[in-house]
Amino acid sequence: MNDSRSATLTLAWRLAAFRTEGFPVIPTAIIVTVALVAIFADALAPYNPELGTLGDRFRPPAWQAGGSEKYLLGTDHLGRDVLSRLIFGARVSMIVGFTAVIVAGFIGTVLGIISGYLGRWVDQVIMRLTDTWLALPALTFAIFLAAIVGPSVNNIIIILAAVYWTRYARVIRGEVLSVKERDFVRLAVVAGCSKWTIMRRHILPNVVNSAIVLGTLQLGVVIITEAALSFLGVGVPPPQPAWGLMLADGKKGLMAGYWWLTVLPGSCIMLMVLSANLLGDWLRVKFDPQLRQL
Amino acid sequence: MKGYILRRLGYSLVSLFLLSVTIFLFVRVTGDPAVLLVEPGASKDDLEMIRQQFGLDQPLPVQYGSFITSLLRGDFGQSFYYRTPVLELYLSRLPHSLLLAGAAMVFSLVVGIPTGIIAAVRVNRWWDSVGKIFALLGLSMPSFWVGLLMILFFSVYLGWLPSSGSGTLLHLVMPAIALGWVFAAAHMRLTRSSMLEVLGSEYVKLARLKGLPEALVISKHAFKNALIPVLTLAGINLVIMVNVAVVVETVFAWPGVGRLLYEGIAFRDFPVVQATVLLGGAMIVIVNLLVDILYAVIDPRIRY
Repeated sequence: MNDSRSATLTLAWRLAAFRTEGFPVIPTAIIVTVALVAIFADALAPYNPELGTLGDRFRPPAWQAGGSEKYLLGTDHLGRDVLSRLIFGARVSMIVGFTAVIVAGFIGTVLGIISGYLGRWVDQVIMRLTDTWLALPALTFAIFLAAIVGPSVNNIIIILAAVYWTRYARVIRGEVLSVKERDFVRLAVVAGCSKWTIMRRHILPNVVNSAIVLGTLQLGVVIITEAALSFLGVGVPPPQPAWGLMLADGKKGLMAGYWWLTVLPGSCIMLMVLSANLLGDWLRVKFDPQLRQL
Repeated sequence: MKGYILRRLGYSLVSLFLLSVTIFLFVRVTGDPAVLLVEPGASKDDLEMIRQQFGLDQPLPVQYGSFITSLLRGDFGQSFYYRTPVLELYLSRLPHSLLLAGAAMVFSLVVGIPTGIIAAVRVNRWWDSVGKIFALLGLSMPSFWVGLLMILFFSVYLGWLPSSGSGTLLHLVMPAIALGWVFAAAHMRLTRSSMLEVLGSEYVKLARLKGLPEALVISKHAFKNALIPVLTLAGINLVIMVNVAVVVETVFAWPGVGRLLYEGIAFRDFPVVQATVLLGGAMIVIVNLLVDILYAVIDPRIRY
C-alpha cells in the first residue's frame, strides 16, 4: 500500500519534472501554431494567395505610410496579399518539411538496421553508398536532382528524402551494432526468431528514439533546403506560395527598399528552423542514451 | 602506414566510382536522358541524333563505359549556352569561388575562434549563453536571407556597399559574411568544445601547478592544441563552402562556380549542371582523403 503510493508519487513527480526540465515551451508553441495555421489556411487567409490586384502592387504594410487596412502586411510585385501568401506558405513548408523528414527517416532507419544487423557484404554495400552520398554537397545534389525531375511539391519531397536519409543510416547502424550484442537479442536468436522478426520487434524499438531526435534536428535543415531550392527556381513552382519563392520574388522590390517582401518570409523560415532546432536539442538531451545514463 | 593509406585510397576510389554511377543512373532512370542532353527547342531529328551520338539505345554498362572514359579524359560535354567545353568554363569560374570561400573562411575563423575561446573559458556564464544564441541563430538563418538583409541595410538604406557584382574588395564584404555566417557558428562550437577538452587535460593542470599565469596557460598551452581540430574542419569546410555558395553567389551575382550552376538551371544547360555536381563531389572526396592521410602522417596513433 505504502509502496504503491510512493511509486505513484514518484511517477507523478517524474512526469512533473519531465515537463518542467527546460521543456522548450515557446518553440513548441511556435511549431504547433504554424501547423494550425497551415491546416486552417483556407479559413485564415483574407485573400487568394495566387491572385493579385495589379492596381495594388507593392503596397506597404498597414502601419506604414501608404499602407491600407485592406492588406495588413502589404502586397508583392503582382499585387498579391503578403499575409495570405505567408499563411499558405506555412502549409507548403509544413507538408514538405514533415513528409520529407519522415520519408528520409524511414529509408535511413530501415537501411541502418539492415546494414548493422546483417553486417558483412550487405553492410559494406550500404555503408559505402552512404559515405558517397554524404560526401555529395547536399544542396548541389538536391539542385541536380531537381534539374532532372522538374519542379513540383511531390518531387521536392522525394529529392529531399533522397538527399537526407544518409545521416539516419549512419547513426542507426552504429546503435544497432551495440544493441545486437545485448542479451535479449541473443535470447531471441536462441528462441528461434527469424532475422526479420528480430530486426522489427527487438532492434527497431531500441533505435526509434534516435531516429526521432535526428528527425527533429533535420526538420530545420530540410526547411532551409526547400527554401533555397524554391529561391533558385527548382523548388516549389510558382505561382504557389512558398516562403523561399516569396524571397525570390522579393528581390524584385529589394533595391526599391520594399523591406516587407524580404524580411517577413525570411523571419517565418528562421522562426520555424529555430524552433525545430531548440526542440531537437532538448529531445536529444532527453533521449540520447549516452546523456541519459547520468 | 602504407597499408592504411592504400586502403583509404581504395575507399576513395570506390566513392568516386559510386559517385559517377549515382549521377549516371539518376540521369538515365528518371526519364528520357535525350531530353536533358539536347538543347531546349530541338526537333525530333535532333533527339534521334543525340541518342545515336551518346549511344542511348545501347545497354547501360556499355553506356556507362563511354560515360566514364570521356570523364577521365576531362570531357564533361559542351555547354549549350556558352558553346564552350564545360570543364574550361568551370575552371575559369573556380578562382572566383575560391576567393569568396577564402574570404568567408577568414571571417568565420576571426569571429568563431575568439568567441569559442571566451565561451570555453567562461563556461556557463552569460557570455557562454550569448555564444549559444549566436550559434543557434547561425544555424537557423538561411545564408541567402542574411545576404538579402545585408543588401537591404547596407546597400539600399545606407548606400555603403555595392549590392552585386565583383571586382573590388568592397564587393567581397557582404557575400563573404553571408557565406561565412553559418560556418562561424560551427567553428565557434567546435573551438569551445575543443578548448574545454584541452583545459581539462593533465598538461594544462601541470602548467597551472607550475604557477603560470592563467592568460599564458590559455594562450600558449591550451589554445595551440585546441586549434588542431578546428583547422582540420576549416580545411574541409573550405571545399564545402565552394559548393554551398550557389545561393549566396546568386543573391550577389558573384561569378563563381555556384553562379555557373544557377545559370545551368536557368538556361536548362544540363551538361553544366551535371559537371558542377560531379566535380564538387569529387573535390570533397579528395579533400577528405588528403586530410585523413595527413592525419595518419602527423599522428601515428591513428589506424582505423
